[in-house]
This record gives sequence, C-alpha cells and structure tokens, in this order.
Amino acid sequence: MSHARPPARLVAIALILAALGAAAGCRTRAGDGRVTLRFWAMGREGEVVQELVRDFERENPGVLIQVQQIPWGAAHEKLLTAHVGGSTPDVAQLGNTWIAEFAALRAIEPLGPWLGASRAVPESAYFAGIWDTNVVGGACYGVPWYVDTRVLFYRTDILARAGYRAMPGSWDGWRDAMEAVKRVAGQDRYAIFLPTNEYTPWIIFGLQAGSPLLEDDDTRGAFAGPAYRRAAAFYLDLFRRRLAPGVQGSSIANLYQEFERGTFSMYISGPWNVGEFRRRLSPAMQGAWGTAPLPGPEGPASGVSTAGGSSLVLFRASRHKAEAWKLVEFLSRPEQQLRFYRLTGDLPARREAWRDTALANDPCARAFETQLQRVVPTPKVPEWENISLRLQDKVEAMVLGHAPPDSALAALDRDVDRILEKRRWLVERERRRAGHRAGAAP
Amino acid sequence: MSRALESRQNRAGWAFVTPALALIGVFFFVPVLGGLVLSFTDFDVYAIGQPEVARFVGLQNYAEVLANPLFWKALGNTLVFVLAGGPLSVITSLVAALLVSSKLVRFPGLFRSIFFMPVVTTLVAVAIAWRYLYHSQYGLLNRALGLAGIHPVDWLGDPHWAMPAIILLAVWKNFGYNMLIFIAGLQSIPEEMYEAAELDGASAWSRFVHVTLPNLAPTFLFVGVMTMLGQFQLFSEPYVMTQGGPLKATTTVVLLMYEEGFRWWRMGTAAAIAFVLFVIMLLGTMLQMRLQREQR
Repeated sequence: MSHARPPARLVAIALILAALGAAAGCRTRAGDGRVTLRFWAMGREGEVVQELVRDFERENPGVLIQVQQIPWGAAHEKLLTAHVGGSTPDVAQLGNTWIAEFAALRAIEPLGPWLGASRAVPESAYFAGIWDTNVVGGACYGVPWYVDTRVLFYRTDILARAGYRAMPGSWDGWRDAMEAVKRVAGQDRYAIFLPTNEYTPWIIFGLQAGSPLLEDDDTRGAFAGPAYRRAAAFYLDLFRRRLAPGVQGSSIANLYQEFERGTFSMYISGPWNVGEFRRRLSPAMQGAWGTAPLPGPEGPASGVSTAGGSSLVLFRASRHKAEAWKLVEFLSRPEQQLRFYRLTGDLPARREAWRDTALANDPCARAFETQLQRVVPTPKVPEWENISLRLQDKVEAMVLGHAPPDSALAALDRDVDRILEKRRWLVERERRRAGHRAGAAP
Repeated sequence: MSRALESRQNRAGWAFVTPALALIGVFFFVPVLGGLVLSFTDFDVYAIGQPEVARFVGLQNYAEVLANPLFWKALGNTLVFVLAGGPLSVITSLVAALLVSSKLVRFPGLFRSIFFMPVVTTLVAVAIAWRYLYHSQYGLLNRALGLAGIHPVDWLGDPHWAMPAIILLAVWKNFGYNMLIFIAGLQSIPEEMYEAAELDGASAWSRFVHVTLPNLAPTFLFVGVMTMLGQFQLFSEPYVMTQGGPLKATTTVVLLMYEEGFRWWRMGTAAAIAFVLFVIMLLGTMLQMRLQREQR
C-alpha cells in the first residue's frame, strides 16, 4: 500500500536536504569568488524581497543573495528539518513567536555582539514591545523586520447613530457603546464579532487585565489567576448580553458583506484587513468604517495588544555571518523598510519609516501606530503554540456554556503545567546550579 | 556430503546473505531499537539543542499516551478507516480483478493498466484533483448529487463526512495493487476445476463460491494482512487533504505521532505512540492468521 510512513519520508527529506545543503555548501563561493548568501523568506515577503536584495548586491559586489521563497504553511517544518539536517540558511525571516523555539534549539545566533558593534540597528528606533519579542533569556536573537498587531475595526456610522463619535478607551465605556450599538442596530444584530474558534482575543484580553498568562519563570499556567479570570468574565459577559454571537468564524460566510450589512459593527483584526476592507466593501461604505486602538480595563493605557510580525535572524551554522549581518542592516534601513511597506503593505518595524507621509496621513495606520506603542509579547517559550491551541479548545467550551469558566481555566492550567513539565525541570536545575555557585563563591 | 564441503557451503551461504542482513540491520533493526529507546526518554525540543537534558522516564510516555483522549480519538478514527475501508478495498479489488480476468472483457491489459494507474500516481497530485471533486460549491461530486436532487455536502469540512471522503479516496487510490495480486491468484486456479464444475451443472455463482473463493483463500490472507497493515498507518491522505480536521475527525494514529514528533518535537511521546500502534497491528495480524487457520 502506498501509505508513506512519515519516518521514512522524513529520512528521505532529510537526506535530500542534506544533499542539497552539501551541494549549496560547495557553492557558497561562486566561481568568481563572490560569497553566496542563502536567505529564506516566507510567502509574499519572499517574493517581494527579491527586488530589495538586488540593490544590496549592487552595493556589495562581493555578495550574491539566493532568496528562497517558502510558503508559510510549510515554513516551520522546513526550518526545523533543515536545522536537524544541518542545512539551515545563512539568514531567514522568522515569525517572532517562533524565536524562543529556535533559540532553545540553538539554531539561531544571539545578536548581542553584532548589535553592539553596529550603529545601523539601534534598539530605540523600534517599538519596545516588538523588540522585546526577540529577547529570550536576556539575549536578543532577531531584528524586527515588519510588525503586526490587532486593533478594533468598527462602523463609524453606526457608532455615530448610537451617540459615539469616537471609540471609548475603557472596558466599561466600550461595553456601554456596544449596548448602544445593539439598541440602534436591532435585536437580531450584534455589536461585535468574536469568533468562538479564535483564541487571539482571549490572549489580548488576558494581557490587558495584567495576566502574565504563564508565571513562575514561564513554567506554570496563570489562567486560573485573578487577572485572567477577570478577563474571561468580561469576555463571556459580552456573549451573555448577546452583544456577540456565539458562532465560529466559518459560520459567517462573508465577513465583509456581513460587516457592511451591519450584522456586527466591530471586529478585532490585523493590518492585512485594512486592504481587504478597502477592496471588498462597497464604495458607499468607505467613509463609514475606521480603526481604533483597543480599549483597556483601566482606560487607553491598559489597552494593550499582541506584538506580532517577523524578524530577521542569523543561523549559528552559517559560515558567512558578517555578510548576513550586512544584509540585516540593509533591510533595516528606514528607506528600505518604507519600500518594503509600499511593496507588501507590511507595517514597518522602524519608527522613522512611520513619519513618511503615506503612513502618517493614513487614518487607519494611525490606530496601528498608537497600538504598536502598547504591545506586549506572549510568553517566550517553545511550548507556546501548543499552549495556545489548548486555550482554543477551552475557549469554545466556555463560550458555548459547556464548561463553567473557573473549572475550565483550572483544567487549562493543569494541561499547561503538564506541557511545561520539562521546562520547569530545566529552570529548577538552573536555579539549583546558580544556588551552588552562589553558595560556593563567598 | 563431507564436512569440509558443508562448511564451505555454509560460508558461501553467509557471504550471500550478509549484505542483505547488514542492510536490514542498519536500516531496520538499529532505527527500530533507537525508536524503542527513545520511547523511554523525554527527548524533546530542548534535547535537540542540548542532548544532555534528555531524561529516562521509563513507561511515563506510554502512560501519557494511553491517558490522552486525543490518542483514543485517533485510534477510533483509524479503526473506522481499517474496518470500513479495509473490506471495501478488498472487495473492490476482487471485483476489479474478476472483471479484468473475465473472458468477456476486451482489452484486459488496457483496463488492468487503467485500474493500476492511481497506485503509481503521486498522492499529492491526486489529492489536489480530489479536493476539486469534493469542493462543497464547485465540486463535481456535489454537482452530480445536485442533479439527483440531493443537497450539497461539505465533504472535507463536515466532521461526519470527512472520514468517508478519505476512505473513498484511499480505496480508489489503492485498489489496483490488491487487484494485481488477486489476478495472479485467479490465474493460478486450474481451468479444469471450472470445467469440471460446469459439467456437474454448477451455475456461475456457485462456481464462484465453491471454486474461486476457496482457491483464493491464501491470497485473501495475504491481501487482508497487507491491507490492514497499510491502513493502520494511514497518514498521507489526511495529511494532504484535511490536516486531521475538521474537529480532529480525520486525525489518525500516525498523523498524531507525526504531530507530536515533528510539530511539537516530543520525540519520546511520538515513539511511544509508534510502539503502541505496533502492538495493536501485531494483535490484528495474529487475529487474522488465527481466523484463517480456523477456517481450514
């Protein structure tokens, strides 16, 4: 039968990759003495960056850049297989939530020495929360390339009819606004759409309420703690008051159409939807929607959001780190960042680039700029993706009323503690050693 | 035979089998033993970076696997696939073999090749074509159902229909291989037996029941065991078509092992899943052998 056994398939992939790696290794010096840098970039970014690196090659005639475009869906697996097979690229784009994992694998290079010797990439030129996503255990592993966060998309016309000229900044004010929207929109309509199968808003509300999500050096779940319980209560209350429909994302066939119809007036989403809203909503609707930074429990300052985006990383196994670092510096220049923004629509990581008139005059972008100053990284542990999938399972059960929130959150903490058992052991071992050293020193 | 000759022959024999044994040893026994050792450790993402932090945990991985509801869900899905898809696959192969072996069929070679084609086609290419067939809005399958007045089915998006859709694809993809084995089995049945039965007045059906089926018994055992072994390891079809969704309805044991091992990098758990599956398949094979022996 043809059911391929994955180990055999992976061995085959590893062998092929190793062979390719060896072949590429032989070719890292092109015949004319130029150094070939292998640069992996994902999806649309991988396509567009080709244009940028040609300029880098003109500036650095000794370096040839080989861009490999990897589909997002396959990127994580491919990078890991490459690491185990010893054929990682010199430099790559990495989703900034993956940094902790690749740092734990010891696949990527700590950038401290490179940052110290360079004036082209000053930390102060970046959004603090975004920069922080690259710092694991005190060492910085990546330079932010573009950024991503979630803000509130809303119908300005419906809000105006409900008596609101601007989005309130606090949870209480926000909920009042939702009640007012529900009153003018009608009982069969909703104020906000929070798909029950999306966990990101649950992470955002938790961060806003001040929950660390994980505690004790990120070795235990903090979901049953008072801060997270407060966030969950606020969230579930929106469903109880029927301000949000308890349905999955897929049950709304066309999000843009329903937004236009006023089935819901608010939606939490990221920068990619700015373009989509402009393209897919009818021309009549274009003056009737806007973006706002997320409200917070104690007013605007507590309205934090996720710190997403991609970073540029160097791989430890690279033999051309100096050239690779030069490429990172080049792609981090404000003018290249701006060019990249124009080509992709990805929001620039460098704050200088935001002073450009296109971004400064775009009212949608302003909400993102404000929000980016209030972003908080999710816990930087390799297990985080697995943990967030567990959260997702529980979210749906809580929203649909299958599980009371307190017991669901306690069960979640138990799951999370089990996932983090190894990490706990490692951290405790580290603490014991530090204790020994401290005990032996005096 | 003199003793010297015997020992010389022995040595020659060993010389002939050594390369094969060495290959099996290096590429089969060593990895399997490695996997077994791995299943008693907590080798994970941290251990890939620093091998010294891997710990021996005894049977803990096995206990965790058996306590994981997702494992039982995956095992249930796999059993559905084996118990529904297995017989379906064997019957389809047998019917196809009978058809192309029939003397009434013209161009048997052509049909044999056509039926065998899915087996040698790359699964990924096939999966893309089948995704179009299964598409809930534009798919041919739903168009055909629409002509019969049946409402469209979201084949790959509905948890109830996703596994049947995978079974259909897998049966279509693989029946050609068993068909060839059945054809070989059919050809080894002596023509005289049919002639004798026909002289005795046996109808076509009783010739099939009393001549063809008993003579195919060993073939059935082989096909049955091989199909079952293959189907317990169902991976590629759901991996390509549904990634185990919707709502884990097509997550199989091997897909779960793959996710544990290569998505979450919990190699110890993944290896434990592999060995649990091995034991289940061993029991399944023993059961089939026993049933076959009792029949004789």
